[in-house]
Parts: sequence; C-alpha cells; structure tokens
Amino acid sequence: MGALQPGLNAPDFTLHSTPDQTVSLHEFRGQRVILAFYPADWSPVCGDQMSLYQMVLPEFRRLKAELLGISVDGAWCHVAFALDRKLTYPLLSDFEPKGAVARDYGVYLSHYGTTARSLFVLDEAGVIRWSYVSPVGVNPGADGILEALESLERDAGRHARARAS
Amino acid sequence: MTSRPRLVLPVGERDHIRGPADAPVTLLEYGDFECPFCQAAHPAVEEVRRRVGDQLRFVYRHFPLANVHPHAEAAAKAAEAASAQGSFWPMHDRLFEAQGALTDEDLVAHAVALGLDVERFVRELASGIYAARIREDFMSGVRSGVNGTPTFYVNGVRYDGSIDLGSLLAAVVEAREAA
Repeated sequence: MGALQPGLNAPDFTLHSTPDQTVSLHEFRGQRVILAFYPADWSPVCGDQMSLYQMVLPEFRRLKAELLGISVDGAWCHVAFALDRKLTYPLLSDFEPKGAVARDYGVYLSHYGTTARSLFVLDEAGVIRWSYVSPVGVNPGADGILEALESLERDAGRHARARAS
Repeated sequence: MTSRPRLVLPVGERDHIRGPADAPVTLLEYGDFECPFCQAAHPAVEEVRRRVGDQLRFVYRHFPLANVHPHAEAAAKAAEAASAQGSFWPMHDRLFEAQGALTDEDLVAHAVALGLDVERFVRELASGIYAARIREDFMSGVRSGVNGTPTFYVNGVRYDGSIDLGSLLAAVVEAREAA
C-alpha cells in the first residue's frame, strides 16, 4: 500500500488537537491544506521538521494554505510539544484507533507503529494535488511544499485569466 | 537514490565570503549561532579552511530557528551589525565560540571586545534593519532544501554526510579534485 496520489479526494477525518478540541478536515474546504504526517513529537531540536514549518508558516499562509501536523502521539503530548517548540498551528492526534487516518492516506508504518514522514498538499476542493513520502529518518524540509503551492497558485491564475477572456 | 538538492540562490555580492573569489571549492553553511550542532561544527570548518587554504572559499548564511532558539535571531542581527562595521567574521567566530553566551548583554559585550562602535551597534540591533536580509538567507535555505542546522553545500550541492572534520574535509578535497 502506497501513499494516496494526486488527483484523489483527501479522506475526511476528525482528530483531537488538544484534549478537549477536535479538528475536522472538511472545516478547511475552500482553503488549501498541507497535511504533514510525522513519526513522533520530540525529535532533536535543530533538525526538527515541525519547528522548521513554524518558521515557514508565513510563506505557507501567503500561498493561502493552512498547515496541520499529524502523528500518533496523544493530545497531551502534542500540547507539551507545541508549547516547548512554540508551534502555533494544530498538531493532530491520530491516536485512537492508532494510526487510522495515516492508514487511510497509505502512510502508516505498522512495523514502527508510527506514520511515515509524508506530506500532502490539498486544493480548495479537498483534492490531493501533491504528495511525498520521505525516507525514514530524513526531514523532507519545506521546499517541496512551497513548489506544490506555487504550482496551485499558477493554475489558479491561469483559470482566472481563462474565465476573464 | 534521489538527487541531492542544490543551492537556489547563487553565491554573490550579498554574501559573507572568506577565502579567494576564484577558489575551486565553495563550502557554504546555513547556520544558527545558538544551535549546538553549529557551534560544534565551527572548529571543524575552521580546520578544513586551514588545511585546504586558498583552494577554498567559505560562505555563511543565516538560518535562525527562532521558535526554538530564542537568541538566534538577535545573534544573527549582531553579526550583520558587526558586518556593517567591517567585522562580520570576527563576530561570527566569537558568537560560535561564546558557547551560548548570546543574551542582549552578551552581544553588547562581544561588540565591545571587538572594538566596534557600540552605540551604533546597539542602535542597529534594536532596529529591524537586518530582519529582511536574515529572512532572505533563511528562505533561500528553505528553497534549497535546508531541513535543519547546520546544512552545508559543497559547490552548490547539499552535503548530506556527517558533520565532522574527516568527512567534511573529504568532501571538500573530492570537490577540489573534480574541479
């Protein structure tokens, strides 16, 4: 089973972002969404993907995208991790049943018991437009996400011009 | 194996460069003065520079992970403020050798120790004048595939080896021989 590929509808989900709050994917319809599945909270600071994305968040927002981090860690763990790393975007807890959303997206690693480091960029209609699975242990960075969002932006521009003419 | 990411912003006038402009090898670092791995890499870089001599030019760009390193942004600004007074590299070396002494008071003490115009240094540090340049460095790194610090590029190609003297030196020597 591989990761869901571009062109498919992104499966909806509802997951806890904090012990008493949930986030559903369909709430983001009409916006671009980046789903960043990552293996676990608390990876070493200087190579931490989630911290890097916090720093790049203004660029993601400029390209009209919201970012959701997803791992199998519990909501309390996410709260502590987000506080420590000063992360302001939601970290979602794919905790019970464990990894169910990651399995829907084809990025659950059952022998590790975690999600693969994998990225999905969704358009305003909730369609997957780009996906990427990183080799285990490699932080994929943010350049691929930015390129995918810029490509969406170019497509949107072309469609707008086509409608106007 | 996927190809290694390449530097998207070529080395140019805007950069902090030490070593000859026509050196066959360019080693570029995206670094953060508060990152312990960057601090640990600094002596290795210095030793590579010493051994390879005028065959190498070294370039440093800022990649402060400000949300996890609360002093990293101010330290990057301090290096730029020192640069405005012709002292980028002395400040760069001092910040990495300061073992995390990077509070605002520490930064001023570094400026005093380097004999800078401290009034101007403090004024520039408090202003936002270097923020755009530091962000430009940072985003050029993001677009080049930097995913943590330090990240090195040898002749424009990301170096994915381990960050120790032997490995870095081997990569630089190999690039020199290929040049």
